[in-house]
This record gives sequence, C-alpha cells and structure tokens, in this order.
Amino acid sequence: MRYEAPQTLNQAVNVFSEFNGLKRILAGGTDILVQLRTDVIQPELLMNIKDIEELGKIELFDNFWKIGAGVSAANITRNKEFSKEWPGITEGVGLIGSTQIQNRATLVGNLSNASPAADGVPALVAANAMVEIVGRNGNRKLEILSLISGPGKLNMKSDEFISHILIPRQNKNSSDCYIRFIPRTEMDIAVVGCGVNLSVENNNISAVKVVLGAVGPKVIFSEEASNSLLGASLNADSLSKLQEICERDAKPIDDKRGTIDFRRKVAGVLAKRAVEKAYKRIMEDS
Amino acid sequence: MALDNENKNFFDVVGTRPIRPDGIEKVTGQARFGADAYLPGMLHGIILRSPHAHAEILNIDTTSLDNDPSVKAIVTRKDFSPDLKGEDWNILENVMADQKALYDGHAIAAVACSSLLEARDAVKKIRVKYSLLPHVTDVEEAMKEGAPIIREGVARSSVPKDMHPNIVGYHESGHGNVEKGFIEADLIIEETFKTEAAHQGYIEPHACLVNMMPDGKGEVWCCTQGHFNVAKVCAKLLGTDASQIRVTASEIGGGFGGKTAVFIEPVALALSKKANRPVKMVMSRSEVFRATGPTSSTSMLVKIGMKKDGKITAASGTFKLQGGAFPGSPMAESAMCAFAPYDLEHVKNVGWDVMCNRPKQAAYRAPGSPMAAFAVESVIDDLCKKLKLDPIETRLKNAVKEGSKASFGPRFERIGLVETLESAKSHPHYLAPLKDGYGRGISCGFWFNFGGETSVSLALAEDGTASLSVGTPDIGGSRASMCQIVSEELSIPYEKVRATIADTATLGYNEISHGSRVTFATGLATIKAARDMKRKLCARAASNWGLEEDAVYWEKGYVKPAGPNAGNHDPLSIIDIAKTMGRTGGPIVGHFEASPEGAGVSFATHIVDAKVDRETGFTSVDRYTVIQDAGKAIHPAYVEGQFQGGAAQGIGWALNEEYIYDEKGVLQNAGFLDYRIPVASDLPKIDTVIVEVPNPGHPYGVRGVGETSICPPLAAIANAVSNSVGIRMKELPMSPPRILKAIEENNG
Amino acid sequence: MKKVHVSTTINGDNKEFLCDTRETLLDALRDHLALTGSKEGCGTGDCGACSVIFEGEVICSCLALAVEAEGKNIDTIEGMANDGKLHILQKKFLEHAALQCGICTPGILMASKSLLQQNKEPTKEEVRFWLAGNLCRCTGYDKIINAVLDAAKEMRETV
Repeated sequence: MRYEAPQTLNQAVNVFSEFNGLKRILAGGTDILVQLRTDVIQPELLMNIKDIEELGKIELFDNFWKIGAGVSAANITRNKEFSKEWPGITEGVGLIGSTQIQNRATLVGNLSNASPAADGVPALVAANAMVEIVGRNGNRKLEILSLISGPGKLNMKSDEFISHILIPRQNKNSSDCYIRFIPRTEMDIAVVGCGVNLSVENNNISAVKVVLGAVGPKVIFSEEASNSLLGASLNADSLSKLQEICERDAKPIDDKRGTIDFRRKVAGVLAKRAVEKAYKRIMEDS
Repeated sequence: MALDNENKNFFDVVGTRPIRPDGIEKVTGQARFGADAYLPGMLHGIILRSPHAHAEILNIDTTSLDNDPSVKAIVTRKDFSPDLKGEDWNILENVMADQKALYDGHAIAAVACSSLLEARDAVKKIRVKYSLLPHVTDVEEAMKEGAPIIREGVARSSVPKDMHPNIVGYHESGHGNVEKGFIEADLIIEETFKTEAAHQGYIEPHACLVNMMPDGKGEVWCCTQGHFNVAKVCAKLLGTDASQIRVTASEIGGGFGGKTAVFIEPVALALSKKANRPVKMVMSRSEVFRATGPTSSTSMLVKIGMKKDGKITAASGTFKLQGGAFPGSPMAESAMCAFAPYDLEHVKNVGWDVMCNRPKQAAYRAPGSPMAAFAVESVIDDLCKKLKLDPIETRLKNAVKEGSKASFGPRFERIGLVETLESAKSHPHYLAPLKDGYGRGISCGFWFNFGGETSVSLALAEDGTASLSVGTPDIGGSRASMCQIVSEELSIPYEKVRATIADTATLGYNEISHGSRVTFATGLATIKAARDMKRKLCARAASNWGLEEDAVYWEKGYVKPAGPNAGNHDPLSIIDIAKTMGRTGGPIVGHFEASPEGAGVSFATHIVDAKVDRETGFTSVDRYTVIQDAGKAIHPAYVEGQFQGGAAQGIGWALNEEYIYDEKGVLQNAGFLDYRIPVASDLPKIDTVIVEVPNPGHPYGVRGVGETSICPPLAAIANAVSNSVGIRMKELPMSPPRILKAIEENNG
Repeated sequence: MKKVHVSTTINGDNKEFLCDTRETLLDALRDHLALTGSKEGCGTGDCGACSVIFEGEVICSCLALAVEAEGKNIDTIEGMANDGKLHILQKKFLEHAALQCGICTPGILMASKSLLQQNKEPTKEEVRFWLAGNLCRCTGYDKIINAVLDAAKEMRETV
C-alpha cells in the first residue's frame, strides 16, 4: 500500500487524481483503519490529508461556516461559537464514537463513509449543508442528499474527494437538534437517528426539516413530516401526527441492531423528542 | 503443636486492604500479558477458519503457498495425534477440524510466516472446498426430529434411547414427590424461559508464544487460567509427554472461565515443530467471539407451587442447554443450582445437553447457574406478586439453612443465605423510596464453589523473608491475598512476602483457576505450607537448643522454649533461624499438596432499581446492591471487586449481550461494537455488602466469591423491569426491541 | 514492498523505526519499539486498551497508522511515571484496587490523564462518559471512577 501525506490541497488533488488504482483518503482513519484490519478493503493508495493546513480549519464567513475535511469531531464540539449556533449538528458530531474516536474522526469522514446510520449526517441535511468537492477539474458544490447515493456509495468521480462542508448561518428564532437511539449509553452505532432544524414565528413553526437516520439505505428527509408541522403550534396533536408520519416514512431493515417494527416506532418517538428539544432551545434563547 | 488444623478467628493482616504486589507493573505497563512476549527468530501463526456453520471439508489446497518464501509451516488436522478418544478427541476436534466444519469460525488450517502481515496474507490464499450441510443453532430446533445431525454416537448412557443424536446428556436430581407437592399449592406458576449465549468478554484475546525443540521439549508462554491443564492438553494433542511441555502462565487479562479451555497453544506448537522456530499466535477479537467458548444458550421450563403464606410446596424445572458442536454444556449445574436457595420437600431438576452448530461452550462464571436463577427467581417474583407477598420475606420463609437438604442432594453445612436476605431487608437501598417510574427487583443466587488439586511451596530466604510459589494463575488479585495469608501465619510484614505463579515444571499439578477455588484452595494450601514451615522452624530452633520438638512453641514470629524445663533460651525470630539455616540443617521450605474438600457454597442476594422507557424499551439501571456471603474476606477490596464485576457482567447479559446468528448460521456480532458489554456510563455505582458466615471447611472460614455474584443479576433486573412496566420478560437479553414489543403486545 | 522510515518522539525520547505502511501505531509501539504497555483488545477502536496521547489528545493507537507518527509527539503508559515516581492516577488506582486483571489499566490511565488535563474537576457522570470508550470487564467500573475522582481531588490540592 502506497502512503502519501501531501502538505497542500493542490498536491493532494494531483496525487489523488493521478492515481488509477484502488485509493482511499485517510483523515481521522477511524473507519478506514477498521476496514483495513478486517479485510473489507485493501487500497493501493492511502492519502493522508491531515497535514494540509487549509483542511484543518473551521472558518466563519458572512453567510456560511466552512469546516475542513481534516477537522476532528472534538475540534468541532469544542468550537463554542459553532456549537451555540448549531447545537444539533454539534450533538451529532459529538456522538461519533468514544473520546478517543472524537479526537480523530472527522465530520467529512463520517459523511463519506455513507453509512445510513452516521450520526453526523441527519442534522447536516436538516441544516441544508453542502459539500465542496475537489478534483482534476476544480471545485464543485453538492447537496448532501445528492452526494450520497446509497449505503457506502457517493456520487463522486474517481479523481474527486471532499475538501469541506459548508453550513449556512442559522436563521433567527431557529435551532436544531439531533437525537439517536442506541441500546447502551455510548459506543454503539445509531439504531435510529433523527435530526431536525426548526424556525418559530409567533409560537408557530415557520420552517422545519425532519431527517431520519438508520431507517433506510440513506438518510431520509421526510417532507411530509416536515410539512405537517409547518404553520402549526407545538402540541400533542401536531406531535402525534409527526410521530405517525415518521413511523410511516421510515423504511428500515431487520438486522443485528434492531427490527423493522422497532425502528419505525422509535423513528417516530425520536422525531417527536427532537422537535420538542429544538423548540425548547428556541424558546430558551428568545 | 496443633498448628495444622487450627481455625483462626482473629487476624492482623487478613481483612486489611494492602496494595497488591503486582500493582506497580500493572499501572506502568510493565506487566507481561499473553501477547507481550517475543523471541528471536519467532514466526507469527494465523488460523484459517470456516466461514460456514456446517460443512464437509472436501479438500484443503495449499499449493498457492508452495513457493512463498515467507511461509515457514502449514498445519492441518493430520499434524495432530490420530488416536484420541472422548473429551481429548473433542478438544482436538475443536482446536482443528477433521472431516467437517462444525461452526462458523471452526479452525481448518494454520500457517506460520516471518511477519504477521505475511501470515495474514498467506492464510487468505489457502483454498478450501466445502460441501455445505444443513445447520442448526437453536437448542429447541436442534432437539427436533429431522434436525441436522452434528455427530452420531456421542450420547452418554444417561440419555433415553431413540432420542435425536444431538441430545447427548441427561441429568435428573431432586427428592420428594413433586406431583404431591403441587396438589398442596394454592397457586402454581409454570413458565418457559430462554436465554441467549453470552461471552465472557475478557479484554485480552488469547495469545501464546511457543517453541518446540527437535528433541520433543516444548516451551509455552500463554494467558490461561490453568497452565498445568495447557501442558496436559498440548501433550495429548501432539502425542508427547506432559512433563516435556513446560508452560509458563503470563499475566492474564481476564478469563471468567473462558480461559480454562485450550485453543491456540497446540496449533502454535505444531507449527513450531514443523518450522523449527518459535511461533507466536494472538487471536483477533473476532476470532475470540467466533471460536472460543461462550456460555450455553438455554430453553427452560420452571414450575413452582406456593401456599398463600408464601411456603413453596413443590418445584420442578427442565433445563435444556446447547453446548455448541460438542457435549458438555453445564445443564446439570443449571438443574442443580436452580432451586438451591430453597428448602423444598418436593423438588425435581432435569437437564438436557444438546449439540448444535456453535462453538464449543466454555465455562462462564458459575456456569449454568445464572440462567436457572433467571427462570426460578422470575417465577418466585410472580408468585409473590399474585399472592401479595413481600419478596424478601417469602424468600426468607423458604431459605435453606445449616442442615437443610439441598435440592441437589446433600445437606448444607453452615451457610449464609438467610444472613444475606436479612442484610438486604435492612439495607438503605431496600428501605429507600422508589424514584418515579422505577421498579425494584430482588433475586437470590447460588454457586457450589470448588477445591481441586493444589500444590504450593513456601521458601524461606536467609534474611527471613518468604517466597511463595503457587500454581494457580492470578485472575483478580489472588497474589495479594496469598501474601496476606503468609504474613498472617508467619507474623512477618506483608511486603516481605513475594508470591509467584510458578511454571508447570516447578510445582506439582494445580487444577485450573476456576470454580472460585483460588482463595479457598490455594489459600488453604498456603496456610498449610506456612504452618509446615512454622513446624520446621520450631524443629530447627529446638535442635539448635538441643531440645525435643515438643519442648518449644511458636508465638507471633518467634520460637520460644515451652516452659522452665526447656531451659532459659532467648526466643528465636524467623530472621535468627533463617540466618543460620544453611549451617543448622539446610534450607527451610514449607509445602502442601492435596485436593482440599470443603469449599463452602456461597449465596447472594441482589437489589436493583431500574426504569424502562416505555416509548423505546430502553432500560436504565439506577441503583444496584450486591450482598454476598464471602465466609471470610481476605482482601475486602478484591472481594468487593468480584461482587461488582459479577453484577456488571450480569447486567450486560440481562440487557444487551447476545450471540446473534444469521439464517446461514454465521455470527453477526463478532466484535465489541455489536456484542454490547456494559460501558462505564451504562452502570450506576454497584454497592456491596460483604457478609461473613465462616466456611467450616477452611481454617479462616473462606468461601469462594468469584462466581456467585453473576447468578442473581439476570433475574434481579427482570424483576425490576417487571415492576417498572408490569411486563414479565421471559427471554434474554431484555434488549430494547424485545421490551418494546412486549409493551406493545401488552397494550393489545 | 520497502519499509518506511519513521522518526518520532515517544515519551520525550527521539525514536526511529521501520514499518510497513499497513501497520498501525499500536503495532509499531509494541513490535518495533518494545513498548508493550499499550494493549490490543479489539483492533477496531472499541475497547480503548491501546489508548495513547497523540499530539496532546488521547486516541486509540490501533486506529492510527504507524507512518502517521512521523514528526509527532506521543505519550504512552511507559512514560506516565516520572523517574520511578508514580503519577497520582497510578497511585490512586492501586490504593482503590481499581484494577483486577490489569489489561485495560494502561488505556484507562492514559484516557484519565487526558481527562484531568482538560477538566480539573470532573463530575462522576463526566468521568463515566469520558471513559465509555475504555472497556473493563472485571471491575464494574466503580473503583475506577472513585480512583479518578480521588486523583483529581489530590491533583487540585497539590497544585
């Protein structure tokens, strides 16, 4: 296995795009090293991007945040300004593995792995985040739902990799939340996850996006669930309607982590709880 | 001098909490565990394992490795002894498959290469042609007519004729007439229960470093609970003499019964023999789950009859345990432990030993008992609820005491079940009001404990310090306890004693560290060896003084003349005698070899508060208390540690741990990610109460403590869950999907 | 394939080794540098027995490549005691009997050290969640948590 650790993004693009064999990016390494160890994959090139300075930054611009592909989960959760603005995305990022994993794993890695259960992803989708992709022919931006094509699959060309995540600034009277269900209190892969992003005007929900994780081949943006809350006030009726729609919209499978029935039920419960929590956050802030 | 059988009631060192003698090595990373050994020129061995649950092995093709210079040896079944019988054959068959792969992960072949990466690559190039056979992994399915046959002709003579060949053992015990007893009952509850296999989950994977010399002498370094057994098994499997295989036990990173069995050492020796080089083998975590010995999964039927006043009139239980693709599940232990806490006039225990396509089960902390307690204590709880009886009072009403006839036969000597229940009744935990939504669960548990072959040697150094050699690997701090015992007996400071786990060439045979036997049996042997040394010290002093042996006596580290007739001699300290021992008759060594009987049984009562999230089925454990009879706690901190560790493992087993097989019989969760042992944030503080009802079979009153602590938790949690959401969970683990399903079914 | 030459700093000492690109940092520590205090319990980042401090942060050394050590600062359990004097955490683990078999102890000590560097006064809950990536199968964690809290207290008092 060839190992490269380029120092600049340009070098990285060159190395990666010019190599024609099986290749992978090493950022946090918390997924790829497991895959190496368990023989899931044997890449011929592994390119470490952690030494590239511009990929190691969290930057705030006028109307968006830019998080580099080399930024560890711990560095995101430690960023007070970001986590205050996007507590839900931060929750998702903070749930990726143990303390040790947090110090290595990256949000871009969590996303690139394209696991439907990735904790970092639902809240990103709910926030309308995008990725910046670099390749031989320059940069392009892509919505996350368009990026992920299925379990473990990304809509990217072989010369491309993700350099950054772009997250819009949060709106006024808005907040987000991510909740997942696991059988223990830590160290598990989400059996179900739910991210929501919510805006409130005059006690009514003025904008909302409900996104479910681990209940389909990729994260599910439930348009119907989101629409059901639009214009509504938060009460037992609107929440039970939301719960019902999410149960229906979830398209899970039976596996070692949960059953179809269980995942459907819990998807509804988590959606309800996540909306309540995001709503509470908005009320507390205002 | 009646030193030998003197029972001690007052202690200076025993009962204190000194720092363990192997502590510094363990907190600085210097302690050497199984995988921490290296030898010049050593190779790395890797095992090729079956990806199929059940298959005929048609051909093993290694030709692709013929010209690979990194491959130094390849072994298959034909490299092991061809003429083993009985359990020896079973062990070999498990270590390396013969005609058939019997479970997912079964060893098929092994290679040794100069580096680990080369070995990992090489093993992938071996081509095995399999012919797939139908498989079965469930105990009930395996007993049914038409179930795939694992192997014919294995059944013991106890099994009734014309049963399915997978049924290989039958046990029956009890007394009285249960039919008569059930007629006397005011209420009878009969229920079936199932538990899934759980793994011991020790953090250190199996590892060894071996060297087989051309003259047949072998050296083995490995992590094991019983290195004498490793020597015995390796010698048999390789067709050599036990005394030619010298085994040194490394520090051991957890065992809980799982390291009583032998898996990789014979394979490494066979590779080493072929390559004429040392060979190191370390299992991956996935190999540990797939191919070592988890405990049995079970299917159980329990029936108990009770009077309105709480008196049990009769109890019967049938316990079906699968032991993997081999005979030997602890079904008799399940049957015998099930009703052991209760004084019953009419009781019947039945056990079935069943084979299926899973790895050969190994002991796991009180093998067989926790599952049986889960079933029995759940039924008792339901009886209490229906008859509106207090769960502790009801258990007290039926509790066994000294002289009670045990459900498995003998009469109990002095025991401490009543004391644990009384202690529970007055414990602040039991008296505390329940938090909103929580349920409180109570359960009792029982384990036999064990003695077994034991041999120790205690040598006096010239400066009066002592060096103790024992043959039982230290799996939880036993060296500290042994040093305390020597210090207590010889009246020398704890720090002046060094305890070592001797290799198999140094001491007589020692039974494995299992059955909660070490503090009892090795402790007893150490007491006797120290007393042997004291006798020799007295004899030496007497001889120095020109007296008969009975003219002197031992007191607190000194030999003194027995009375005025013995003359006026200044007392001699151990140091005085040690200093001159070379000139006065030679080295002074105390020793003891025997198979001590009288391992006192141990009972426990656990209390737990748990709450179920009705919307997700998630159970959180808020408070937990272990109350157990230790007989006499030598090092109370490590006794508490055993109590807490057993409870934690039991909580994991109750809530989340399980072997998950897919429809092809392939294990789905062979790693710590999805085999979910409790993490630090899952557990509350586990409170402990050490009850001390001395064991009459031990000079200090010691009872084994390691295993009993895992017996009550499964039922205690089930009872707490039942009290939290009003649902009786009859299947383990009580994972969130199972609990949520039960809640919904209950809601109709 | 030719091995890669790596220069790194471990416990303050300059170290060099040759490794295959597929080897992990844990492999290098154990097999090339004779630092066997870091243990492999799973090889997949689930047990924490291989925890080391890498550039000031605790990580699983089984989830880093050996080649990544180039130019980096790494602390392992072997460097925790100073000139034979135990770290307060090490001392407290012994006093509280916070280990039984001891295989998870090096990893738990490294993770605890990293916690106390960042949080001088952690709550019980914080310790339990911080250490959730360090499996211990013997103790039920109780004595470990007590030892860490007691060490934190003593460290606050001695500074």
